[in-house]
Amino acid sequence: MSAALSVWVSGIGLWAPGAADWHAFSEIATGAATPGATERPLAEVLPPNERRRAPESVLLAAAAAGQAVRMSGRDAATLPCVFASAHGDQVITDYMCETLASHPRELSPTKFHNSVHNAPAGYWTIATHCRASSSAVSGGEEAFGAGLLEAATLAVADDRDVLLASYDIAGTGPLGDMTSTTGPFAVALVLSPRADGAAVRLDITPERGNSGIEALGDAWLDGLVATNPSARAVPLMRALALARPAALRVPAARGLDLHIDIGVAA
Amino acid sequence: MPHPMTPLAIRAYTTTSALGRGLQAHADALSAPRGGLAPNDFSVAPLDCWIGRVAGVEDEPLPPELAEWDCRNNRLAWIALRQDGFAEAMRAARERYGASRVAVLLGTSTASIGATEEGYRRLDHGRMPADLHRPVLHTPHSLASFVAAAFALEGPCLTVATACSSSAKVFANAERMIRLGLVDAAIVGGTDTLCDSVLFGFNSLELVSPEPCRPFDAARSGISIGEAAGFAILERVEAAMDAPLLIGYGEASDAHHMSTPHPEGLGAELALNDALARAGIAPDDVDYINLHGTASQKNDEVEAALVARTFPASTRASSTKGFTGHTLGAAGILEAAITLLSMRDGRVPANLGAETPDPLCGPQMAWRPEAADIRIALSNSFGFGGNNACLAFARAGRHA
Repeated sequence: MSAALSVWVSGIGLWAPGAADWHAFSEIATGAATPGATERPLAEVLPPNERRRAPESVLLAAAAAGQAVRMSGRDAATLPCVFASAHGDQVITDYMCETLASHPRELSPTKFHNSVHNAPAGYWTIATHCRASSSAVSGGEEAFGAGLLEAATLAVADDRDVLLASYDIAGTGPLGDMTSTTGPFAVALVLSPRADGAAVRLDITPERGNSGIEALGDAWLDGLVATNPSARAVPLMRALALARPAALRVPAARGLDLHIDIGVAA
Repeated sequence: MPHPMTPLAIRAYTTTSALGRGLQAHADALSAPRGGLAPNDFSVAPLDCWIGRVAGVEDEPLPPELAEWDCRNNRLAWIALRQDGFAEAMRAARERYGASRVAVLLGTSTASIGATEEGYRRLDHGRMPADLHRPVLHTPHSLASFVAAAFALEGPCLTVATACSSSAKVFANAERMIRLGLVDAAIVGGTDTLCDSVLFGFNSLELVSPEPCRPFDAARSGISIGEAAGFAILERVEAAMDAPLLIGYGEASDAHHMSTPHPEGLGAELALNDALARAGIAPDDVDYINLHGTASQKNDEVEAALVARTFPASTRASSTKGFTGHTLGAAGILEAAITLLSMRDGRVPANLGAETPDPLCGPQMAWRPEAADIRIALSNSFGFGGNNACLAFARAGRHA
C-alpha cells in the first residue's frame, strides 16, 4: 500500500532541557554524549528587542524553528508555517486567569495580545517577513502528531516546503495541575514535497487506533516524553538521529495514529 | 499562484448567535433588519459596553453522558449542533464513510477558558475546585475533542486557533485533506463564547466601543464582542450535487504587527488574491463580500480601501458585525453561514449600525438591505498576529 503522504525532511530543530539544539540532541540520542546543562532557548531569528521581551513560548518555538530553517537553507519568508502546541503559553494563561479573578480591569494589554495561541506564529512571520500562510493549531496531548499531519498535508497539497514547529512550556499554578506539563520542549521540521537533496523521507499513513507510548529505554528521552506533549515527537526525533530506516507510530488524535516509515537515502 | 481547486459541496450548515438559533432565525433577523446586540450584563463586573449574547446557554447543561465536557463553550456548540438537522447530518456522514474517514476541524480563539477563569475565581486551597477538576476543559483543544467524542468520530481532529481567522481557515484544512484522499468528509466550523479574557482583554487594548459597534461609520468607536457557534459539512461535489459550493480560499500573513493590520492591507490582499486564484474567478465575478468589518478604526480603514480599489461598483459588500458583534474565533463560520444564506435568499445584508459612511468606502458598500442575485460570494476574516483568510462560495450548480 502506498503511503498517504510522503515528505522529505530538509531541516530539523529542537530544544530540550539539556540539549539546546538538534545537534546536541542527536549526539545524546545516539549515545555519543550525555545531556548537558539546560540553556536558555536562543531565538536568533527575533530582533534583539523582541528577544528580550518575548514570552517563553515564543522564544522556544522560534529557537527550534530557526534551527530547522537554517539547516534547510530555505528562505523563511517564503515558507508557509504551522505552529502546534497542546496548551499554548500556560504561564500567560495562568497570569490572565489570576488577574481576571482579582483585578480584571488591570489586565496587561501586552500579556493579552501575547496570550493568543498564534502569538509564536505572529512573531515568527513578523520577524522573518513571511507573508505565506501561517497557522496555530492544537490537538490536545496529540498536538505534535496533529500538527505533523497538517504540515505534511499542506506541503503535499500545495507542493511547497512547509515549516512545522511544535512546542509546549511548563505549566504553572492551578492550570499547570490540569495540564501536567512540567518541562519545556520544542521541535521543528522543514518538510518538502520533493527530495531536493534531503536524506530522509517520511511516508505517513493515518491508521485507526492508538498504540500507546512505548518506552524508549533511555531515562532522559523517556523523561522528556513524560513531561511535555510536544515531546511525543521524541521517538521520531531519535529515529531521525539514528538515520536508519525505521517504522513507528505517532498519535495524531484520539483513535488515530500516524504510521510513519522513515526512509534514508544510501 | 495556486491552481484553481475542484469545488467542494457544503452538504449541511448551521449557526447560532445573538440573532438566534439556527438558519431561519438568522434569515429573519437579517431581513428585518434586526440586530442582536444588548447592553453588557456578562461577568461579575460587567464593563460598560454592548455584547452579542446567545440567550439561554447558562440554563442548558450538557446531557449526563457528556457531563465531563460541560462548560459555556461546549454548551453553545451543542445547542448549535442540534439546529437545522445538523447532528443528524453528522451521523449520516459517519454512517456513509466510517468514523475514521470524517475529520473534525474546528476553530476557536479561547475554547473553554471561561471554565478555567471560573476555577480561578473559586480556587480550593490554591487548586482547581473539584467540579472543575476536568483536564479536558482546560486546553484550547476542548471544543474539537468534545465534538469528536460526542459523535464518536475518529478521523483527524484539529483545533485551529489563529484568533479571529480560526473558523475560516478550517475550510482550507478540510479542502486539503479531502483532495489528498485522507478523509471523505470534514466537519468544519467553530465556537467562541463570552468570557472575561476577551472582554477585559480587548478592553485593555482600548478596542471595545461603549456603544453598539458601527462598522465603516466615519465615527466608529471600536468593536462589540459577541459569541457564536457554527458548523458545516464539506464533501466532494458528487456526494451532494444540489448543495452550495466552496470554490476557493486564501490564507496569508501580514508580517507586520501582532495587533494592528498592515496599513495597506497587504496580507488581506494576498489572501483575497489567493482565494480568487483557487476559485478561478476575477473580482468582476464576485456578487457579494461579507467583510471582516469589526468597527475598529484600523481594520475598517484597510479593508474599505482594499474593496474600493479591487472590485467593480456592482459587487456588493457589507459587514454583519453590527448584527452579531465580533464573535472572534467563531466569526469565520458565522459569517460563512450568513454569506450562504444571503446567496440562498437573494438578499444582501445591511451594514447595520453605520449612519455616516467612512469616506474611504467605495460604491460597493451596501448600507441598507438589497435584493440581489448572488451567484458567487466571498467572506473575509482577519486575526491577531496578522493572520488573514478569505473564503469563496458559489451557489449550487454553478461549477457542476
